[in-house]
Parts: sequence; structure tokens; C-alpha cells
Amino acid sequence: MKFMLMMHAPRASGEYQIGSWTPDEFKAHIAFMHDYNNALLTSGEFVAAEGLSPPGAARLVRGGATGETITDGPFAETKEFLAGYWIIDVESEQRAWDLAAKASMAPGPGGAPLRMAIEVRQIMSSPPPRG
Amino acid sequence: MTSPARRTLSHLLRDLAPQVLGGVMRRCRDFADAEDAVQDALFAAATQWPIDGIPQNPRGWLYQTALRRLTDQARSNSARREREAVVARESPVATESEPMVADGIMFGGDDTLVLLFMCCHPSLSEPTAIALTLRAVGGLTTREIASAFLVPESTMAQRISRARQTIASSAVSFEMPSAAERAHRLTSVLRVLYLIFNEGYASSSGADVHRVELATEAIRLTRALHHLLPDDAEVAGLLALMRLTDARRDARVGPHGELIPLDEQDRTRWHSEAIAEGIALVSAALRLGRIGAYQLQAAIAAIHDEAATMAETDWPQILAFYEVLADIEDNPIVLLNRAVAIAMVRGPAAGLAAIDALGSDPRIQAHHRIDAVRGHLYAMTGDAQRAAIHLQQAAARTSSMPERNYLLAKAVRLLAARALTAS
Repeated sequence: MKFMLMMHAPRASGEYQIGSWTPDEFKAHIAFMHDYNNALLTSGEFVAAEGLSPPGAARLVRGGATGETITDGPFAETKEFLAGYWIIDVESEQRAWDLAAKASMAPGPGGAPLRMAIEVRQIMSSPPPRG
Repeated sequence: MTSPARRTLSHLLRDLAPQVLGGVMRRCRDFADAEDAVQDALFAAATQWPIDGIPQNPRGWLYQTALRRLTDQARSNSARREREAVVARESPVATESEPMVADGIMFGGDDTLVLLFMCCHPSLSEPTAIALTLRAVGGLTTREIASAFLVPESTMAQRISRARQTIASSAVSFEMPSAAERAHRLTSVLRVLYLIFNEGYASSSGADVHRVELATEAIRLTRALHHLLPDDAEVAGLLALMRLTDARRDARVGPHGELIPLDEQDRTRWHSEAIAEGIALVSAALRLGRIGAYQLQAAIAAIHDEAATMAETDWPQILAFYEVLADIEDNPIVLLNRAVAIAMVRGPAAGLAAIDALGSDPRIQAHHRIDAVRGHLYAMTGDAQRAAIHLQQAAARTSSMPERNYLLAKAVRLLAARALTAS
């Protein structure tokens, strides 16, 4: 079963929180993510993972009445933003939850776990069921 | 080499793969090394044979190439592979000039069977057993398996490598399981083959011709197993079930990938040859008198396939098979399907009552299909409103995109028809 784990990071005063960390805190965080991804590769559960650029310049885009491009944002007020995601292929929903809990514990300032909210959604399969 | 010739070649190589691996494993007991060597030999054949032609004894060619690859490895990497080096020294490696050992001595048909038992060992998780079976028995490359399951090649490589480690550490040997163990182990083999078929069955309409067809591969492997164990009723039952289900493949998906349910399928597009073979297989299996779940499911599929129209379906017969199936298999889907059969025989109200009688079984309550079935049965009673509610609830809980689209479309259709009669 494939799942998407979406990492919702808390947003500081209008900008990317991680930018205010010390170099060591930043390094510890990156090392955690690196090891986390490697563990997924080794267990044969990795499908994809990407970090997203800071939300400061994010825009919402819609098509207008004649299909023209309408942009909105950035939104300084949002409390949380999508910092990155994983797509994993695991045996059970419980396994996806356990992996999400692990990612949630990535270290932040002072090395303390960030306990970020990780949204877990099953990816719909394309093959229809037997019938 | 033309394209059909290339396909024939790849089928030949895949048929030979487990036999060659079995032969190599008699010389080298390390499964991972043997398997790598055989993959190398298959690759060499796939590149050389289209140019040089297929050798007179393709299996012997592959076997000797794999053995040479093993000794090369052992020599070049003597520290880690000391054990193989010893094996290689003790058993002189065949050369081109060495006479071929007669068939049946070096290559037993049983090797394929032993390999299947090994790759589907209960100590392996289902995804790893599936990957290992497709590679070691199916002769597929890691890249082909990865693309069939839509995961990166490195992920699939890791899955296979972990499966090999599990086999090495749990001391699963390259031996036929004892008679006492065999039935239990065969259940695992059939389960893995069934899962491969299910995974591939639906995506078979995909446009990507380079993607390995898992359903076809599952049928090929199950057919090979049936040849090895012709008297096993459940093996025959599973092969029949696959053929009878696969026979409807062209009719069950529309031009835009939409799901077409059994009652709306164009039955002239069903494959009559596959149906005939499936019916013959399941009839013969049932006569053996050792009833099992695969035979019963095949028998039900056969009754559907024999009916020229939905209305001509022999539902009392289907219901009878579901009653037996529900007795031998504790499976919520079987109970739901039995409720559908009850509705078709005794009317939708009886079907809905049968679902209510299933009570609070949490496995059923949690399953989206209970709402899907309720929706269809309410539609039969003419209660479009309640039908649509259940269909929408089912749509919200299924993890299959085409099924979700089908359920929503049906709900919308029912509500539109109701609005039309009301106005």
C-alpha cells in the first residue's frame, strides 16, 4: 500500500523557522532526515521524498473566467505550511503511521524533537478491484 | 530480430530461468550468488542470442555461462566469497567442450517447485515473497519488477536483497519440504501467485506495452506449477480462476480506464478460449473430490462466464457455491458476495437482511464494500435515495480510484433518474 506523508511545519514570524537555527541544530536535523530516508531505502519502502522551498514566496494559482492566470499570496498569516513529503510503499496502514511518528520526532532547536504534525494519506490505487 | 521473435526469446529465457537456477544451486548453495549469476547469464543470452542465434541447447548454455560467472566472481572477490571459491575448486567448472549432462539429472522439473517453495517461504513478508518469486522463478529483472509495482528500481533491489538475507538467516534450504510440511507451504505459494495475479489483473489495460504483465506472468507461473503438480486440485483451481477472470479483461475496462461492472460488460469481448480452458480445469479439479477455496471461486467465475447475459446467470448455483465457500473460508468478502447471490435468488430485501444478519463483524463494518453492496441492493428495490447514500459512503472509503469513480457515477445516475421521474 502506498501512502503520502506530508510534513506540516510550524511557521515562525512570517518566515522559514529553520533559518534561525544554529548550524549544529540545522546539521542534526539534516542528518536525521538523511538517515531516515536511507532507512526507507534499505527497508525497500522508499518511493519518493522531496523537501519544499520556504513558503515565503508561495502563490495560490487559479484559472480566471477566460482561463487567465490569477495568483494570490503569499500568505503571511498561515500557522503551518507543507515543508516536504514522502511517498512510501508499506505493508500496512499501521506501518505508515509508525514511520510518520518517527519523522515527526526530527530534532529542532536544542536537539529537542520537533513533534511536527505528519498528515498520512493513502494513495489511491489505479487498478480497479476484481470484478 | 523481429518483435514477436524477441518476445518468444524472452519467454524462452523466462521459462528456463528457474530450471537453470535450480541446476546452479546444486553446485553453489548460496542463493544470492547463484541468483545473480543466473541473472547475468540471462542478460548475456538476451544480448548475444539475437545476433548469434539461439544455441542448440539453450538451457546448457545458460547453465554454463552462469557457472562461469560464479567462478569469475569467486576469483575476483576471494575474501567475501571464499566459500564459493572452495565449491568451485571442488567441482570443476564445465567448459564449452565438456559434454552436456543429460536432462533430468542436472535439471529436474522439481527444481522449479523447490524454488517456488523457497521464494514463497512463510518467513518472508508478502511483498518480498512476490518480488523474489518474480525474479528467481519468473526470470524478470529487478527493473521490470520495479516498474510493474511503480516503485524505484533501488527500492525493489533492496526488497529482493532483504528477502535473500531472510532466506540465508532462517536457513531455508534448497530442498523439497517434507510431506508433512508440504500442504502448508503450498498454501503460501498459491497465495503469492494469487496476489501477483490480482496486482496485475486490472492494470492490464494500460497502454505501456513495455510494462511487464503481472497477470500474464502469474498465469504462466501457475501453469508451470500445475504441470508439476497435475493432481493437486487447488493448484488447478487457482489456474482456472485466473483464466476465467482474465477472460473478461478486455470487457471490464472502458476506453477511458473506467470500470465496467459484470452486468454491463459486452460479453462478446470475453475470451472464449480462456473460458473453455478454465471450465475444463475446474471441472476436472472438482471431480478429484478435494474441495478448496480456489476451486469454488473458479466454479463461481465459470458460471458467470457461461451465461450469455446477466439475466441467464444461474444464481441458485452460484449461491450454493458461496454457501460452501463461506463454510470453509472465514472471509468477509465471501459473506458479502453471498448476500448479493441471495438478493439475486430471493430478491433485494432478502439480500439486505442477509447483510444485516452479518451483525457487528468489525472486518465487515470497516469494509467499504458493505456500503457498495447495500447501495446496489437498495437500487434494486427502487430506493434511489438510500442507494445513493450508501454508494457515496462506499466511494469515500475505497482506495481504488476507478472504483471510486464508478460508485460516484452510479450514485449520480440514480439521483438524476429519480429527479426525472419526480418532475
